[in-house]
Amino acid sequence: MTRRTRIAGLLALPMTWLIGIYIFSLVMLLVTAFWVTDPFTSKVKPGFTLRNFEQLFINPAYLSTSVRTLGIALGVTVLSILIAVPLGIFMAKVAAPWLRALLAVAITLPLWAGYLVKVLAMRITFTKEGFFNWMLAPFGIEGPGFTLGTVVLTLTYLWLPYMAVPVYTAIRQLPPNLFDASADLGAGSWRTITTVVLPLIKPAIIAGSVFTFSLSLGDYLVARFVGGDTQMIGSVIASNINLNPPLAAAYSLVPIAFVVIYLVSVQRTGALERM
Amino acid sequence: MLRLSRTSKAILGVLVAVILAFMYIPLGLVVLNSFNAARIVSWPVTGFSLEWWGKAFSSEPVRIALLNSVLVASGATVIAVILGTLVAFALQRYSFFGQRAVNLLVVLPIALPGIVTGVALNNTYNRMLEPIGIQVGFYGMIIAHGTFCIVMVFNNVLARLRRLNPSIEEASQDLGATPWQTFRMVTFPQFRSALIAGAILAFALSFDEVYVTIFTAPPGVDTLPLWIMNQMARPNEANTVNVVATIVILASFIPVWVSQRLGRDITDRG
Repeated sequence: MTRRTRIAGLLALPMTWLIGIYIFSLVMLLVTAFWVTDPFTSKVKPGFTLRNFEQLFINPAYLSTSVRTLGIALGVTVLSILIAVPLGIFMAKVAAPWLRALLAVAITLPLWAGYLVKVLAMRITFTKEGFFNWMLAPFGIEGPGFTLGTVVLTLTYLWLPYMAVPVYTAIRQLPPNLFDASADLGAGSWRTITTVVLPLIKPAIIAGSVFTFSLSLGDYLVARFVGGDTQMIGSVIASNINLNPPLAAAYSLVPIAFVVIYLVSVQRTGALERM
Repeated sequence: MLRLSRTSKAILGVLVAVILAFMYIPLGLVVLNSFNAARIVSWPVTGFSLEWWGKAFSSEPVRIALLNSVLVASGATVIAVILGTLVAFALQRYSFFGQRAVNLLVVLPIALPGIVTGVALNNTYNRMLEPIGIQVGFYGMIIAHGTFCIVMVFNNVLARLRRLNPSIEEASQDLGATPWQTFRMVTFPQFRSALIAGAILAFALSFDEVYVTIFTAPPGVDTLPLWIMNQMARPNEANTVNVVATIVILASFIPVWVSQRLGRDITDRG
């Protein structure tokens, strides 16, 4: 057997599958976005129109939903970084070895607890008569209930491990003599963190942010179950999938576009090669 | 060592405690509510009962949904094991034009938001295949799940293959083994545990998937996540959903435990 036939033999089945089913479907989705829906029968007809894309920009509801979803995804990413960095510093540099091992398991375990189980858990926690409001009641404060804030918090809850694990690993790999050098040169701990630790773990933060950002963009069940009337891109896609498939197809290109723009804008940092 | 003051260490410690509470209290509330005697979720819990556990175990829809989930995840895992291993071997053993494209192609179904994969396949099934008389039905869901599970097996097997010592295979061939004998008796045993770990991850990923499932499940067919979702939207068995969720939480320890064990297995030997 020649080298070429062996490669072909190995790749024939997987490539037929991935290109024939998956890439074909993505291309057909793109094509459908240019098709038209008969408003009376809801039947999709082949054709060519830019109306579906136009709708994304001129319909204020769709536009604001795109902007809101982008804001939510960025908010989740920022919140995840704000949580993951102190957590990583504590685990890698403060905690005793036994506690470090325990925490390493503790932050990865919830990753497997089931997506909807965690959404259900947050729903129970933040419901009006729920635990969160009960805990805050003595202070005379009422929790956020089912609002945009709870959506951001729940998505952070879901995707935090994707940020926390790489950040912790990166902090743990920092050579200890860097801290000694920084302290010897007179920097306080805060200064050391901002000028030594943060620049060095930036690739890990960016790698984590790709997950928190991308996973949040396509989500809509969180908005549905803990967001009150908060709409996300996914909500609009889901509600149009049967009524107006071409519009749903066009709208599902929006999160793809956001992910691609995000990847391109962080690519120059070189962080993606290390993922 | 990072020299932190006593106060900043204390602040960090409190912060970590708050983060852990944020991660585990909600899950704890689900478990607690599965024993709640009240008809609806409530806090504080005033009475305990095993009523919902009994209801969940005798519930026909739960049993069917669980069976569907196991069937879909098993099918997806078989697909992922075969296709993921083939691609891993192709990329590790040979260098060829388009290698990076192949790599990207495997990762893409999980890198793009699940809803995009779901909508794309839904579009193909309902608007391309159905009009020409092809009903994918239940298989459509398995095909969809298999597609995004390939990467789990691929990643695990590829990582292992990269660490294998090629001279062991050469020795096998020098001693007169056929390529098939070498694969079966030398190569395969070396990456078997990575394959099992990948298969477990693929199974767990498929078992938990919602977005692709929503758009590719045939009408009237529920997987466990779909059942949970419907119960959250229109509860008709009230607190049973907390029981099912509790079982899912407990079951989630299995993949973590097994993959940790298999992972350690390798490093011990190497």
